[in-house]
Amino acid sequence: MADIALTPAKAKAEIREATAWDQVKHNRNWLGFWFMMPAMAFLIFFLAYPLGLGIWLSFTDTKIGRVGQFIALENYEWLWDDAIFWLSVFNTLLYTFVASAIKFGIGLYLALLLNEHMPFKAILRAAVLIPFIVPTVLSALAFWWIFDSQFSIISWSLRHLGLIDHNINFLGDPTWARICVIFANIWRGVPFVAITLLAGLQTVSPSLYEAATLDGATRWQMFRHITYPLLTPIIAVVMTFSVLFTFTDFQLIWAMTRGGPVNATHLMATLSYQRAIIAGQLGEGAAISSAMIPFLLAAIMVSWFGLQRRKWQQGENND
Amino acid sequence: MTDLPTTHINLKGVLSGSAPTVARADHSEGMSYLQSVPRRLVTLYLPLGIIVFVLLFPFYWMALTSVKPDEQLLDMETYSPFWTWNPTFKHFYKLLFESHYPMWLWNTMYVAVGATILSITASVLAAYAIVRLRYKGANLVGGLIFLAYLVPPSILFIPLATVVFQYGLFDSPMALILTYPTILIPFSTWLLMGYFKTIPFELEECALIDGASRWQILIKIVLPLAVPGLISAFIFCFTLCWNEFIYALTFLQSTQNKTVPVAIVNEFVDGDVYRWGSLMAGALAGSLPLVILYAFFVEHYVSAMTGAVKE
Repeated sequence: MADIALTPAKAKAEIREATAWDQVKHNRNWLGFWFMMPAMAFLIFFLAYPLGLGIWLSFTDTKIGRVGQFIALENYEWLWDDAIFWLSVFNTLLYTFVASAIKFGIGLYLALLLNEHMPFKAILRAAVLIPFIVPTVLSALAFWWIFDSQFSIISWSLRHLGLIDHNINFLGDPTWARICVIFANIWRGVPFVAITLLAGLQTVSPSLYEAATLDGATRWQMFRHITYPLLTPIIAVVMTFSVLFTFTDFQLIWAMTRGGPVNATHLMATLSYQRAIIAGQLGEGAAISSAMIPFLLAAIMVSWFGLQRRKWQQGENND
Repeated sequence: MTDLPTTHINLKGVLSGSAPTVARADHSEGMSYLQSVPRRLVTLYLPLGIIVFVLLFPFYWMALTSVKPDEQLLDMETYSPFWTWNPTFKHFYKLLFESHYPMWLWNTMYVAVGATILSITASVLAAYAIVRLRYKGANLVGGLIFLAYLVPPSILFIPLATVVFQYGLFDSPMALILTYPTILIPFSTWLLMGYFKTIPFELEECALIDGASRWQILIKIVLPLAVPGLISAFIFCFTLCWNEFIYALTFLQSTQNKTVPVAIVNEFVDGDVYRWGSLMAGALAGSLPLVILYAFFVEHYVSAMTGAVKE
């Protein structure tokens, strides 16, 4: 009997206080910390730290193989008087605005066309996306060959159609070179815009169009008052991405023109590469790339307000 | 397993066109019967044909140039430039046996697979923690990760070059394997968060009651259900790695370490007038692996692309 009376006390001893180790293993905040660690390590060491370091470098005169001194705003003052830098800012803005606007126009148009019913729809939609899959540099090389000064297929075709009498120097003439790189950028960007907008279009219910047709709406009115308002949130996000990646484009230019002729196609990214890595002036290059940050922030703000608007349209609890 | 009600199902219908989306389920015909055939020809098929032609022509041109004999490449008057009757594989032969091309392909593959696996592992853990553990500040961290997605490589490559140099990683594939995740993690975390949200919470509660740890839940319940999302993330990350240029250009120096995009731009561009054949052959061979992968996983690819934007 005495044994039985003792048993509960013994069992009680096995329930112990939660130790610090248990806390670390089961507390959701600690668990969250462990789960987040790999991703955070990457993002802190290779993204946040370099971002800060880049801004710091822009205030120093660091060169490749030499630690720099703090020189405050000297790099920026130097750039302020640098005509090539301002030309690259102008080029970047021109490139971004023209390419994004046309990408949006053609992308939306293509999305509307692909949304129609037609034979071979699936194959057609898959084919449209190919320019986006193929590595940009490799398709840029194809464009380099298409826009060759002597053997361009475009010059050849136009000559044989009797429209021009000598070859166009596509990548050698400043204006033509700008047109060519913008064209190549549009070519690469349109599939992304079109396919994402198409995904948005497919969520629009056809009954809305049927109702509008019964009310006698024209095709333009249907687009303006049904399609466009319903697509606005996704357009805001897609265009932010498009603007962001066009603004910071590097590879297309580098593969096609390397900034030439006479710096006519130098973007801020290519100029910073040239100054920092090729010429070895890390500090100056960092100043050029840091100068892109305000523009990027502006683009992010647009995205933010686009998303806010979506929340406002769909109600607060919508994920 | 794949027919769980996920928010991504309607996205997968984007390419197939026939998949039952909410909007199309009851009206498969739409109102297209209201339009006459000639009208459709002008308003639909003609513009569509022109756009698709422009989008695909560079690839045709790339492929044609890579099989043209040298004399036909530059003589556009005696031979029609748009076709060739005697294709040659000389350029591909030169590429495979007289250059470092196979090595560059191997480097690209190695870097892409390595960086993708690292990023997906890190992203799965992070996305699960943000969506399901809901630790203090999870929403804030989610927002910060989205912001990280918006930081472009072209403002990071200069400081990263100094970091890579300090860590002694310069001119080694590890430099790329460790830096590419900064591009991939934000994207794939965001994508996987969307997938994890669609997995019913009750499944996890059952497992918790049965005494499973969080780790077991993740491995045995959540991951098997999120396979479509994992495939999407994997393919998209792989494509981004293959595509990446500026880091590879900055961090690698010796010829045999380069990746395909960098090597083609730097090593093939010499003064030779006849370089075009091998240049285009190189570009084609570098694109084919991605195009083949894409052909098999079109739907996953599209759901990754649109999913990341929609979340």
